[in-house]
Amino acid sequence: MESNVLAVAVEKKLGEFVLDVSFSSAGGVTALFGASGTGKTSLINMIAGLMKPERGRIELDGETLFDSARRIDVPAAKRHIGVVFQEGRLFPHLSVKHNLDYGRWMSGYPADAAAFAHVVELLDIGPLLGRRPGKLSGGERQRIAIGRALLMRPRLLLLDEPLASLDTARKQEILPYLERLRDDAHVPMIYVSHDAREVKRIGNRVVRLDDGRVAAVGGVELLG
Amino acid sequence: MLRRVRGMSPMLNLTPEDWTAVELSLRISVVATFVALPFGIAVAYMLARAEFWGKSLIDAIVHLPLVLPPVVTGYLLLITFGRRAPVGAFLADHFGIVFSFRWTGAALACGVMAFPLMVRAIRLSIEAIDRRLEDAAATLGANGFWCFLTITLPLTLPGIIAGMMLAFARALGEFGATITFVSNIPGETQTISAAIYTLTQVPGGDAAALNLVIVAVVISAAALVASEWFARRAARRLHGE
Repeated sequence: MESNVLAVAVEKKLGEFVLDVSFSSAGGVTALFGASGTGKTSLINMIAGLMKPERGRIELDGETLFDSARRIDVPAAKRHIGVVFQEGRLFPHLSVKHNLDYGRWMSGYPADAAAFAHVVELLDIGPLLGRRPGKLSGGERQRIAIGRALLMRPRLLLLDEPLASLDTARKQEILPYLERLRDDAHVPMIYVSHDAREVKRIGNRVVRLDDGRVAAVGGVELLG
Repeated sequence: MLRRVRGMSPMLNLTPEDWTAVELSLRISVVATFVALPFGIAVAYMLARAEFWGKSLIDAIVHLPLVLPPVVTGYLLLITFGRRAPVGAFLADHFGIVFSFRWTGAALACGVMAFPLMVRAIRLSIEAIDRRLEDAAATLGANGFWCFLTITLPLTLPGIIAGMMLAFARALGEFGATITFVSNIPGETQTISAAIYTLTQVPGGDAAALNLVIVAVVISAAALVASEWFARRAARRLHGE
């Protein structure tokens, strides 16, 4: 367990089925792959601290974030885990720049112009900084959401179907950025998707979920 | 247009007493609205979000002034906040705050009468917020307080503006509870409504009352236009570029 960046073993009843998953990640990009309704998003919410498992443990970098036996449940705001949600969830009342800065403000970090410029360049979002999220395209919004999660200096980045709400052309627009992110950002990532092609391009390791359970663990060859 | 306004101006001939009533009405309504606001936001947030035992009781109490005859609300204020009433005596002895037969009492009555409308508007606005945005803020390190301050409150702004507008209008029109609680004293508690009522009670006073009626219409219309403008601006901020 000690060499793992992330170790998850959780159980929770979700409507008709029981989510009972344990997996670990040693870094890189771990893809959580499975059809919709297999509990992938719930799992992401549990790791992020937005949903409470009934039983189990979640550890990150040797720190226990959740342990039902020891009654440990670190609140989401203190987990320092970046999340890119399926629908972006940008704050509509803040400009793009302020959306990007939000995590830094809340964590009380001083401004880091170099880090900011790096993320802006990585995601090509310079021209959007002064705008508001309302009028951005889906692809632009997801790039901002990725930038926002990166700029909070996360210990772990959770990407919950970041491309699912986009059409094929927009997916092709974002995928190269995700590859750059994987190769460049040095943040361990959990990438949730139901799209085998996407996972093959992004993932190093695959955890396949089926009906709330881990069906298989392996490399991208698992996807055939 | 200009000529018509000028033509009306001899008619709009307000006496110093009328002006006092107008000034008092504005002061009472503005104070009532702004003092009620923090409580209104707190109660609306609690009713929208918190689950606790006795919540429907709180809900009912908040809405009571909306359904009770205003005179009854005024009477209840009198036996609670009057100079010799338990709460009134306590506030007067310990904080020097006196409500009875003062303009502050009129503001209290107006605030109480306006409160349900304010809470309702703000509560609806809070309930309409996409809570997933608050989840996103939490993952970015915002604790409950900062999340409320930076996400929930700004997104509630259209509802807050609407609630303030409704409260101000209600306070401006308040009559029954005010006159029951703090009477109708020129220069202290005689608002536009009370002054109009007084004028209509004397023979030939209805012509003089018309002046105040016009002022009331103008103030209400101006408040409506202003709140529409603010609400549109707030909506543009939320959905625009």
